[in-house]
Amino acid sequence: MTSQITGAKMVVQALKDQGVDTVFGYPGGAVLPIYDEIFQQNEIRHILVRHEQGAVHAAEGYARSTGKPGVVLVTSGPGATNAVTGLTDALMDSIPLVVLTGQVPTFMIGSDAFQEADTVGITRPCTKHNWLVKDTDQLAPILHEAFHVAKSGRPGPVLVDIPKDVQFASGVYISNKKAPTSQYRPKLKGDIEQITKLVEAIEQSKKPIFYTGGGVINSGTGASQLLRELVKGTNFPITSTLMGLGCYPASGSNWLGMLGMHGLYEANMAMHDCDLMINIGARFDDRITGRIDAFSPSSKKAHIDIDPSSINKVIHVDIPIIGDIAHVLDDVLNMWKARGRKTNSAAIDKWWGQIGEWRSVKCLEYKNSKETIKPQFALERLEELTRSRSDRFICTEVGQHQMWAAQFLGFEEPNQWMTSGGLGTMGYGFPASIGVQIAHPKALVINVAGEASWLMNMQEMGTAVQYKLPVKQFILNNERLGMVRQWQELLHGERYSHSWSDALPDFVKLADAFGAKGIMVSDPADLDDAIMEMLSYDGPVLFDCLVEKHENCFPMIPSGEPHNKMLLGEATTEDAIGSSGAVLV
Amino acid sequence: MSALKIKKGSSKHSAYDLRSTFGDEIQTHTLAILVDNEAGVLARVIGLFSGRGYNIDSLTVAEVDHEGHLSRITIVTTGTPQVIEQIKAQLGRIVPVHEVHDLTVDGPHVERELALLKVGGKGEKRVEALRLADIFRANVVDSTLDSFTFQITGTPEKVDAFAELMRPLGLIEIARTGVAALSRG
Repeated sequence: MTSQITGAKMVVQALKDQGVDTVFGYPGGAVLPIYDEIFQQNEIRHILVRHEQGAVHAAEGYARSTGKPGVVLVTSGPGATNAVTGLTDALMDSIPLVVLTGQVPTFMIGSDAFQEADTVGITRPCTKHNWLVKDTDQLAPILHEAFHVAKSGRPGPVLVDIPKDVQFASGVYISNKKAPTSQYRPKLKGDIEQITKLVEAIEQSKKPIFYTGGGVINSGTGASQLLRELVKGTNFPITSTLMGLGCYPASGSNWLGMLGMHGLYEANMAMHDCDLMINIGARFDDRITGRIDAFSPSSKKAHIDIDPSSINKVIHVDIPIIGDIAHVLDDVLNMWKARGRKTNSAAIDKWWGQIGEWRSVKCLEYKNSKETIKPQFALERLEELTRSRSDRFICTEVGQHQMWAAQFLGFEEPNQWMTSGGLGTMGYGFPASIGVQIAHPKALVINVAGEASWLMNMQEMGTAVQYKLPVKQFILNNERLGMVRQWQELLHGERYSHSWSDALPDFVKLADAFGAKGIMVSDPADLDDAIMEMLSYDGPVLFDCLVEKHENCFPMIPSGEPHNKMLLGEATTEDAIGSSGAVLV
Repeated sequence: MSALKIKKGSSKHSAYDLRSTFGDEIQTHTLAILVDNEAGVLARVIGLFSGRGYNIDSLTVAEVDHEGHLSRITIVTTGTPQVIEQIKAQLGRIVPVHEVHDLTVDGPHVERELALLKVGGKGEKRVEALRLADIFRANVVDSTLDSFTFQITGTPEKVDAFAELMRPLGLIEIARTGVAALSRG
């Protein structure tokens, strides 16, 4: 006879069976039975956040830095609605999460009970899939299926809504090994005919480019290794989206830097002029393509993606390959090698000559100052002083600082760069850095932030201090919503409507109030010492770096313009964005 | 969007070719979707259409495999070929969706719709309604002294035609099921 256990026990047991070691959460009435079970065990560590949004972003940081799904436990009603931003963020960036929410008891659902919300209804469009468990016997199979769905195919967040009576009631527990097999089985192997076409294109191309994205990182470290081998073998140039940074090392000789709206000149020009674009795990996002009808006009395009809906969504591709990046790259490499490792090397050399000319533009150059700290300079110094740490993890918030971090910091390995790419969630970076530090207690975890973004989830200082997490909050404080200000300058006649940060706290005192360390620096001459002080302190640090207030982030492709119409640092920015571009974001 | 003076289809490849490859014309497609019959599955499908701005011209759904708990959803939708392709790919991504068939592309298929029409009237109009119903092979499923309720099955066009004829004869109310469709053979 099978033994019966309570639903709450099942939740903890299922998490253990799935190899979960950490849960980020916040208790409340509808999850008390589960919290009671968590109290009575020691295998799963629960991290108490200060706001449910923080729990989800922390789980995202945990997931992105480990490759394992992040797990969140929150209560019904406001607990669930507070998780919505994080869920949407994870969906846009394909981050595997399993979010467990409490729900009012089944017999009260629909009665507008206290802390009741239609959680599966609200989260249906912002999860990969979600379930409302109405029967304790269904709980274990659903939990195992939830982990399977979150991890398989294109990863994403899933949510399991568990009414309180289901947590109290007893039922039969099924371990993950005995759970019924799921019908959800995305295919991993690419079509061999299309792969052959791609290999032929690789052999013939005169001006090729690899355009890689977050899919390479989601496919696992093996995918990055295969990519590196393919780049080395072919000697093709490679660029990456914001989400894909680290899949090819920034120190690698074929690296062009990030592409896109604030990407490097050489990367964008090469994308525009190439004759073969090999998209690996990226999705032709509007930050990348700029103007669609002028996007890389003369190239043949190949697209490797595990999600069929990414293919031909915005850009028509000539060689679509649906499959897992690592599986497909393995096939591509093997076939290319078996056919004699051919490339049009003479033409590729000429192509590199052209790229060299674009590189000589030195698009990241900026006017440094002896009086004020330029944000670019602050990041250059941070890079210089932390580059040697192979266990360095960087998180960011959203805005100018995020783009500068992507431009000025170099990533050598995948899973060391956590940023909100698709949704652009201000307030993401700080909780994400907490999740990363939990997963990697000894590592150097830095959150490059703007003061406005950072304030959006500043309550998590409590979490950082409680768990003694030495996260470094590297705030580039320009007392402005920098990116908003930049667009107002370029687009709205320098009318800076509500884009400054008034009544800012004294960040040093704020850190002190939480029991953390605060460092303020405003003189470029003091910057290195301040950074070293931050690095040597064993605990959370709030680093308030007062930077130039009106610095703009360049290069920039204005909205509605193609890649070869980039604005560079010293360029005139007047009328940069045309009327058709003005409606774009 | 014309600063570069790029003509559609001026290159054999990709972006410039975007429209000429897929075509701009709006097409109507009938999709058959096999899904797990679980709570919320219809909301997922409908939410996808509303969330991404796709059209639903008609939608029918019912369980077709009671043991396997599978439902069949038939959707008639309109859009450019690119949009239709996206709709199918997006539907295929929904976890409880097993299969997506585009009957319009797959080959010959039959489409049928059932409608109930209540037509009120007396004297010659009432006789004329009955006569036309006979021509359309509509059955009388309910009648009073001053009304008939007709049941008609056929293609949506046939139902449209019948309804138009009934309108001047005293059409009071119409209920339509939407299209159910199967491939031939």
